[in-house]
Amino acid sequence: MTEDTIICRCEDVTYGQVVEAIEQGFTTTEEMKRMLRCGMGACQGRTCGRLIAQIIAAKTGTSLSQVPLPTSRPPAAPTELAILAGTPHEETS
Amino acid sequence: MKRRADAVIIGGGVSGCGLAYCLAKRGFKDVVVLEREYLASGATGRCGGGIRQQWSTEENTKLAMESVRLFGQLDEELEYETEFEQGGYLILAYTDQEVEQYKKNVAMQQKLGLDVRFIDPKEAREIAPHLNTEGVLCATYCPSDGSANPFYVTQAYAEAAKCLGVQIELYTPVTNIEKRGGRIASVVTSRGKIETPLIVNAAGGDSVSLAKMVGVELPIVPTRHEIMVTEQVEPFFTTMVISFKHGVYFRQEKRGGILMGYGDPDERPGFDITSSMKFLRTMSRKILNLMPALHRVKVVRQWGGLYDTTPDALPILGPVDGVEGFIQINGFSGHGFMLAPKVVDLLAQLITGEELDLPIDRLHMDRFLTGEISRDLSVV
Repeated sequence: MTEDTIICRCEDVTYGQVVEAIEQGFTTTEEMKRMLRCGMGACQGRTCGRLIAQIIAAKTGTSLSQVPLPTSRPPAAPTELAILAGTPHEETS
Repeated sequence: MKRRADAVIIGGGVSGCGLAYCLAKRGFKDVVVLEREYLASGATGRCGGGIRQQWSTEENTKLAMESVRLFGQLDEELEYETEFEQGGYLILAYTDQEVEQYKKNVAMQQKLGLDVRFIDPKEAREIAPHLNTEGVLCATYCPSDGSANPFYVTQAYAEAAKCLGVQIELYTPVTNIEKRGGRIASVVTSRGKIETPLIVNAAGGDSVSLAKMVGVELPIVPTRHEIMVTEQVEPFFTTMVISFKHGVYFRQEKRGGILMGYGDPDERPGFDITSSMKFLRTMSRKILNLMPALHRVKVVRQWGGLYDTTPDALPILGPVDGVEGFIQINGFSGHGFMLAPKVVDLLAQLITGEELDLPIDRLHMDRFLTGEISRDLSVV
């Protein structure tokens, strides 16, 4: 991996940027997402989420299981507004 | 962590970090900010990022106008790119009642010097192409309204505050506030106690439970508010569009995603901020009514946050009766981010004993005791 290796393809975030953010103290995937937008694009972190957690674990010397992934938010996959608007009338929380 | 400080601010959102910076800038530097999680993890980081000056009360309008002026200087002052943009706000009127109210609003706003005017549906479509103006009688438009990135603004204030000596403690929830003889004495956290004569309650929806620790009942109702955002599409409008009739607001972010929210009148008070299917469906229907061309655009994410709503939709600022050294900066009712730059400046003036350059007496908590409140009507 080099400085320029793309980690988040949706938002063009590089390995170098992720490492720099960790050095600035952003050592959780939630903070990283808000600072760099990695995980805010079309894939919603499904491609880059684990990669970022791995980099955080390696750089902070913790185990991967101790780096929580960011909150997974609906919809499960990008969905057209027209489909969402036509959803049958039902309540879930 | 320090064991004593001149002031402790509870809440690492835009208000808490902004106030810490404004205090430190005035030489009041022995300040600790306590944040339960990470910066902007509460309401600030969950808001729509809009910055609006078009309000129905003079209080909100003045605070917002001064805040816009300060937002314009923030990047240079704090040496941080906060993505402040002035893309305008368009507010749609569908009924005679709305038109009448907006006439009063615009007259008041213009008197205060705001560049705001009435436009017809045709001009509204020029400002926001693809907008369905069926049923729209007219709209008000203010080109100097806009948006900024709430994470970056908070971070910018926090970093500048730290450079001036403020300590910011993350992942440090407050478990108790102690008073002695009617005065604030200390704050107890998960990582120990800090002795302090002054506590600022900047905790958004959680301000209520913090105030209860010293026997103060804030008239704030925490209520979930949901937002969603689409995939990125070619930028085609810069303005925020609001319809109070539909309870909706939406804008296109610079990167292309269309961000939208609506205030559900059936939402019940509480701390639940999980995402609901009802919002996803209702919001999709509302946006396709207002902008049918978006029907094939995909939603990528939805989220929720808390409005800390007061009976008049105006914030609670300043001291409270009965507990000396307990300052409120909460109750923003969904508009804390956009009002923050001026509000934190004023609270810093108050705390350091300067003469305030904009009076905030009417935003003191005791207004709820006299029974004479005037609600801001321009709320989604």
